[in-house]
Amino acid sequence: MALKMLEREERTLLTGAEAAAHAMRQLRPAVVPVYPITPQTPIIETFAQFVADGLVDTEIINVESEHSAMSAAVGASCAGARVLTATSSQGLALMLEICYIASAMRCPIGMAVGSRALSGPINIHCDHSDSMMARDAGWIQIFCENAQEAYDLSVVGQRLAEDGRVLLPVMTIQDGFTITHSAEPVALLPDDAVAEFVGEYQALYPLLDTDHPTTQGPFALPDYYFEIKRQQVDAMANVGGVWSELQEEFAKLSGRYYRGVFEAYKLDDADYVYVILGATAGTAKVAIDRLRRQRKRVGLLKLWLFRPFPAREIAQALQGRKAVAILDRALSLGSWGPLYSEISAALNAISARPVLYNYIYGLGGRDIRPEQLMSIVNDLECEANADVQRFIGLRE
Amino acid sequence: MLKRYQELPIGGVVVGGATPQLVKTGSWRSGQKPVYDQQRCIHCLLCWVHCPEATILIERGQMRGFDYEHCKGCGLCAEHCPTGAIQMLKETGGS
Ligand code: SF4
Ligand code: SF4
Repeated sequence: MALKMLEREERTLLTGAEAAAHAMRQLRPAVVPVYPITPQTPIIETFAQFVADGLVDTEIINVESEHSAMSAAVGASCAGARVLTATSSQGLALMLEICYIASAMRCPIGMAVGSRALSGPINIHCDHSDSMMARDAGWIQIFCENAQEAYDLSVVGQRLAEDGRVLLPVMTIQDGFTITHSAEPVALLPDDAVAEFVGEYQALYPLLDTDHPTTQGPFALPDYYFEIKRQQVDAMANVGGVWSELQEEFAKLSGRYYRGVFEAYKLDDADYVYVILGATAGTAKVAIDRLRRQRKRVGLLKLWLFRPFPAREIAQALQGRKAVAILDRALSLGSWGPLYSEISAALNAISARPVLYNYIYGLGGRDIRPEQLMSIVNDLECEANADVQRFIGLRE
Repeated sequence: MLKRYQELPIGGVVVGGATPQLVKTGSWRSGQKPVYDQQRCIHCLLCWVHCPEATILIERGQMRGFDYEHCKGCGLCAEHCPTGAIQMLKETGGS
């Protein structure tokens, strides 16, 4: 069946935002609460058009702020609805208070994020400040390299979120503008194939089931709060296994196999490894191809899952390498980049620890080119001081 | 005994209805309590609709008083009573 589907696979020219909107349409959410103006992305504009055209039966709730959007999402999810939304930048910042609550109340809300800088200074362009700000909110975070991944991983991500072993909200993150506004060929699955893959959402305790009344979101004092948080820890720990299961099933359906929790590009024999999230992984592949022609043994580790952080798998993959360049498109001011800190902690589990370098790049939409990524390997080869944070493309 | 995290419904959900009955919310009443004048009551039950606890006592469709073990003294009933039958009285020395 999968092969047949591949034979007649057609590709449509779509921006990342449109690809995410198609995934939303095919996921058939009952409710989509949205704040309809900037910093909203064309994801919602496109999806709203689908609803207006009668292509999907969804109640869009236009709200007065992103804080209200996430609040309505939590309410609708507790009621028993499949709920999707989208946001970006300051919008995510305003949602954040309720994002924590969505996770603690175990609402499997799906949210497409066009990852962009946070003010200040005011800026609307790509970096990962917003997503990284939300990394402790208890959401699954999936980073996508391109529009195809944004589509595929929105579909898989929603089923992952709604799986009984998980029941956590999920952010499917694509780089703002770089992916949300760039058109590329995307292979969409048939509507009914997606519908069958994700199935219907069956809430565990739907609030509208008045025959089985529940109280949701009650006060939890020191005698219960800790236990409720511990349940979220377990749910996160289950994500990796369920992800792998679902990806195998999705591969049979689509012919696209997201194997493991990260993509290993020319990694097998690599002495030097770049670790990257999102769209810049594409640029890094070009850089690595060129470096390989110069006989430099460089590879790429591109993470799909950032939350939960696949520490064990990453430690295994990096064990015994000479040096690793960790590229962060966000700052954690006063410390190392967020990705660097995670990997550094993950490597405590292994003995043959590579030297780690931290590069900050692309803040506020600053362009990043293959030549810049190629030159990183010089630092790694000459064993430059690894004890400083480096900035790519900064005037200094 | 308090339950271990594995034994609790996920997400802090409290399963089952009327669970506020298990907590004596009247023990931290606001410092005022409702009293009503039977003569002025028309049994419209608006107080029952607006009370955030199951505190308004009803018998055969008629308003019969308050369950002070659960009344927290918010005053919503008095606010919504169309005939002014409910007055909020100052309490001294807690509940
Ligand atoms: S004061 Fe508040 S809690 Fe007490 S009976 Fe009136 S509405 Fe109910
Ligand atoms: S709202 Fe006032 S009039 Fe109506 S039932 Fe209650 S006490 Fe009586």
